[in-house]
This record gives sequence, C-alpha cells and structure tokens, in this order.
Amino acid sequence: MADAMQDGKPKPRNLQAANRRLALKLAGVTLAMFAFGYALSPMYDVMCRALGLNGKTGRTDVQTVAAQPVDMSRTVTVEFTGLATSGLPWEFKPLTKKMELHPGETLEVKYLVRNLAQEEITGQAIPSVTPGESAPHFKKIECFCFTRQTLKPGETREMPVRFVVDAGLDQDVHTITLSYSFFNIDKVSAQKYGGAALAQGEDHVAHQGHAPAATGG
Amino acid sequence: MSADHHAQHPTGITRWLFTTNHKDIGTLYLVFAFIMAIVGGTMSLVIRSELWQPGLQLVDPHFFNQMTTAHALVMIFGFAMPAFVGLANWMVPIMIGAPDMALPRMNNWSFWILPFAATLLILGLFMPGGGPAGGWTLYPPLSVQGGIGTDFTLLSIHMLGMSSILGSINIIATILNMRAPGMTLMKMPMFAWTWLITAFLLIAAMPVLAGAITMLITDRHFGTHFFDAAGGGDPVLFQHVFWFFGHPEVYILVLPAFGVFSQIIPTFARKPLFGYASMVYATASIALLSFIVWAHHMYTVGMPMAGELFFMYATMLIAVPTGVKIFNWVSTMWRGSMTFETPMLWSIGGVFTFAIGGFSGLMLAITPADFQYQDTYFVVAHFHYVIFGATIYGLFAAIYYWLPKWTGHLYSETLGKWHFWLTTIGFNLTFFPQHFLGLAGMPRRIPDYALQFTEFNQWSTVGAFLTISAQLIFFYIAIRAMNGGAKATDKVWEGADGLEWTLSSPPPYHSFAVAPKIK
Repeated sequence: MADAMQDGKPKPRNLQAANRRLALKLAGVTLAMFAFGYALSPMYDVMCRALGLNGKTGRTDVQTVAAQPVDMSRTVTVEFTGLATSGLPWEFKPLTKKMELHPGETLEVKYLVRNLAQEEITGQAIPSVTPGESAPHFKKIECFCFTRQTLKPGETREMPVRFVVDAGLDQDVHTITLSYSFFNIDKVSAQKYGGAALAQGEDHVAHQGHAPAATGG
Repeated sequence: MSADHHAQHPTGITRWLFTTNHKDIGTLYLVFAFIMAIVGGTMSLVIRSELWQPGLQLVDPHFFNQMTTAHALVMIFGFAMPAFVGLANWMVPIMIGAPDMALPRMNNWSFWILPFAATLLILGLFMPGGGPAGGWTLYPPLSVQGGIGTDFTLLSIHMLGMSSILGSINIIATILNMRAPGMTLMKMPMFAWTWLITAFLLIAAMPVLAGAITMLITDRHFGTHFFDAAGGGDPVLFQHVFWFFGHPEVYILVLPAFGVFSQIIPTFARKPLFGYASMVYATASIALLSFIVWAHHMYTVGMPMAGELFFMYATMLIAVPTGVKIFNWVSTMWRGSMTFETPMLWSIGGVFTFAIGGFSGLMLAITPADFQYQDTYFVVAHFHYVIFGATIYGLFAAIYYWLPKWTGHLYSETLGKWHFWLTTIGFNLTFFPQHFLGLAGMPRRIPDYALQFTEFNQWSTVGAFLTISAQLIFFYIAIRAMNGGAKATDKVWEGADGLEWTLSSPPPYHSFAVAPKIK
C-alpha cells in the first residue's frame, strides 16, 4: 500500500530502511536507559559514600590513624545503640552507652550479643551514624560489622568496635550516635523467628493474605 | 493474498487481530482504554464507598489497599496512556501527510500486548494473597513481600512498558521520516510536536521503570538485595530509581493533552495559536526539566539540605515553561471569535483545571511546606487535578473534536454539553474538598479516618458517583455517533485547520497514499 508514492519522496525501499535504522537506534537508546537504571544502584552507593549520606561510615587503618594528631581542644560525645531485628532471636546491646572523646583519638567499645535460639544462627550488622554529615568522619579500624557473626545456640560474645573520629569533623557537631541493626542473613530462619513479613529473597515462601503468627518464643 | 485483496477494507474478527492500519489500531487502543477506564472507575467507587463514613463498612483494609494500588495502575497504564497512543495512531500520520505509521506490523503488536498485560494485572487481584497493596509506587520493603499477585502485577507492568516503548519508537520514526515534503518540523501541528517529545520521554524513562521492577523481582525471588538493608542495600534506592521514571511519566501523561489543547483552542477562537515556536520550546523545556526534579516526591526521606534545595528550585523552575503554555492558550483566545462547542469546553475547562492543579503543585514544590502535605489528601487532590484536568479533559476534547472525522457523523452537541458539565461539577465536587482534607491532616491510602474528616469525605464520595455516572452519557454519545447521526462535512469545524480536515469524514481506509502538497 505504500508503493504508490511519488512527488520526489524517497522510494519505499529507502524509507523502510530508514525507518528500520532509526527504530534500531531508538531501541539502542531504550537498552541504554535500562542499563542506566541498573547503574543507578552502584551510583547511589558511591554518592552516599562521597556525601556521607545514609550514615555510611568511613574506614581506616592503624597506620593512617597513628599519623594524625589528636585535637585536644574539643570533645565530642559519642553514643552507642543497637537493635536486633525481629527475624534475629539474639540479645544485642552496647556495653558502653556513651563516651567523650577528642577527635583523632582511637577508642574501642564492645557490644554484647547472645544467641537466644536453639540452633546456630548467623547475623550481619549494618551500621549507621547520625548526623549524616559526621558519618564520613567516623572511621572504623575494626568492627564486628565487617564480617558475618555466627553464634551457636546460647553462645554469648563480646564484639569490639575500634574507631576514630577524625579531626575534620564539623565544628558544629557535638554528639554523634552510632547505631547497628543486626539482621538474620538466612531469610527462611528470619521468617521463622520474625513472621511472614520477613520472608523474601531466596526460598521465598508464598503465604496467604494475612501473615501467620510468629512461632517460637 | 493478492495486493488487491489487501487494499480492500478487511472485515471480521481477523481484521482487528491482524490489522496494520493506523486508524484501526487507533480505534483498538481507544476501545481498550475505555474498557480499562470502566475497570479503574469501578475501583475508585469501591474506594469512595468505603470512605463515605469513618469505620470499616464494606471491605477489609487489605482489599481496600489493593484497590488504591490497582486503581492507579489501571488508570495510568491501562486508560490514560493507551488512549493517547490511540489518538497518536489515528491522527499523527494524517496530520503529517503520511500513509501510515513507520512500522505497521510492530504497531499491531504494540497494541495486542495490552489485553494480555491488563489480564495479568487484574488476575493478580484474584491470586492467593491478593494483588500488591502498597500503592502503585510499589515501594520496598513492602513490595518485596506479598504473594504471587505482586509478581503478576510486575510482569504486567513490564508488558505495558514494552507496549509504550514500541509505540514511541514507531511515533518517532513516523514523525522524523515520513512527513510530507514541505512539512518542516516547525510547520507540524502541535499535537505531532507534543507526541514527538513525549515519545522521547517515554523511551528514556520507561526502561528505568523496567530496571526498578526487575530489581524488585530479583530481590523477591533470586537473592539479590538492591533494596534490602540486611544485605547492604537500601529501600530509598528504589524511590530514586522509581521516581526518576515517575516524574517524566507524569509529563508523558500531560504533554500530548497539551498538544490537543493547542489544536482545539485556535480552531474555536478562529485565530492561529499564539506563539507556536515558544510552545515548541516550552514543551521541550518541560521535557528536559522533568528529568531533574524527581526527588520532590521524596522530600521526607532524609536527603541533605543541598539536595532538598536543588530539587525545590528545579521543581519551581518547571512551572515557568508550563506557565508560558497557559499564557499562550489564553493569548490565543484573546480577541478571538469564540464559540463554545463541546471540544472547546473541554479544552478551556482542561486548561483551567490543570492550572488549579499547577497551583497546588507549586505549594507541594516548597520543601518545608511539603513536609506537612506529603502523603496526605492534598497530594491526591493535586495529581487528580493535573491528570484529570490535562489528560482526561484533553482526551475528551480530542474525542469530541475528531469523532465527526472518524465516524462521519456529528455527535449530539446537547448531550456533549451535558457530559461536560456533569463531569466538571462531579470532578470538582470529588476532588476540591480533598485539598482541605489534606491540609487538615487526613493521610492518603487509608480505609478509615478520624471523625472530623467525615463531611468532606462525603462530598467527595457524592462527587465520585456523579462523575462516574456522567460517563454513561459519553458512552451513549460515542456509540450513537459510530452508528449514525447527522452527516459530517470534511472540515466539520468552521475554524479547523490541518491536513486531517482535507480528508473526507470518515477518511478513506488508506489515506495519503500520495503525499499531499504542503503550503
């Protein structure tokens, strides 16, 4: 039906080819934007780290810290808190609730964790620091959040955090809070202890309209 | 099949299944869209019925939440977008003097994906556990929970997005490659311009939604943790990715409607569109700016001050080109010879209604003010005013305007006016009180509310039933016009200008097989 074109228009074959070429280019744009959508995930992490958003803390090591001076002219209060999420049947609390320190000083605090369940459970702690602007200046040398923690039934452990608040911390910040959320890394186990709301990821268990009551103590 | 057989008017069910004709496909999209409008409208009545009184009378909260979620998905992806793609299919080739769309067979597929996608979406509601119930924005962690109904919906959205993307590729190729000789881009009708820009927005934004949804699917089933804090991910990431799509999406919804207004207002003011070039540039500016304002949907997630300010300024900025367009429509009418047939009523009403929504949008743009308005009925009022005002009024304006061309029959002007006025009264009764509900603190997406909100909720529910009932008049008008009525001339409207008015009413099955001469 497109065969009857005249008046100096491009011939149908060229037009069809031109349309196909343009369509393929536009399909390429589509794929590029799909890839861009995925790229937003690592980009978000990079931006959060760079701008100190989301309470993502910095890391450092002993040698770097040793080279920096301690700022004796000011003290900063650091408070510690923690939470075991509902899918993790552990007792979890900081052994030190609050401390005063000078920026540049290396300090260590301990968190206590105890597995209340009858089976071995592995958890992952995710840290967060407020205020957000102070997070890049809160640098951890050693932390239990760097690795997964596996506890046998009934096992208790004291876990250290060694950190330094570096001297670049904004002068207006007087109190920093370090908080941990401890998650059960096994989703099936999380569902068992915390309810159907936590059933996600691998071994997804379909459930009826209302979540069943959490089992266990 | 010989070429002759194909050139004749095909008939029967296979005509509609296998058609590659842009007019047929446009009709299919419009019929599908209005079926989905009935589904989405019914859902809105379930919502408004439950909200008639405080307390829970009719449905349980989980079902209510499924209704709010599904209502939005159906209306946006099942009604508004397919309806305008249908208008594009019908009108763009004719307006630019092309014989059909660039890729007619892909055009057929773009449409036929939709009924399957819609079926999946509705079926999700009947699966164990029901459909998704966390709002059409599907935020995790809530959307990572939920049963197979959510998976049905996610797959459905993939298909709906695919249809839109393919349709947009077709529209761009048609407009860029197939304009009749002499029709430069700056001589194109505004409806073609707004669709060209919208199509680019679609292929840029829709794949990002596809990415977000795929990440949800893999978080749900394949052990990824894009949005799972326990695995080092972040639910707020979803909000960023979603709204990077979501904000251009709302401009995708309104820009083609703006194009419709730009065609109709000059016709009934008997005056050329004021500032054609600035309308094109304003539309392009809106489209570009729409990519840098997304986080105004997220002012309360804990972004740093610099971020909040940037998005606030950018959002306020986007009001400028939008204002240019509104001023240009008004200026078109200034000292025009105006008559107020139904398409003109819908166009002027649409501009007016959209402008009210624009004002509440400016209020929402102000970050500290938004801290109060976020997730209240003020937001619900805002987006219904802008979407209904632009997209739906624009759709009805377009249908009344071009229905005589499509069917060859004039519709009943009296009934058309009844439809317009009852809808306008009903719409405003439904949504204007919601501004005050929001300001007074009524949250959105709730099936039960505090006692002091009762009276305005009742106004709103009455308005909803009036609005939906008024649409029955429209169905009667449309079906009658398809089957009979006074004969329409080629030009139909005294002040009409454009290639579509040079064809007969109805136009031949294949039009502009020979390119027209452009002045």
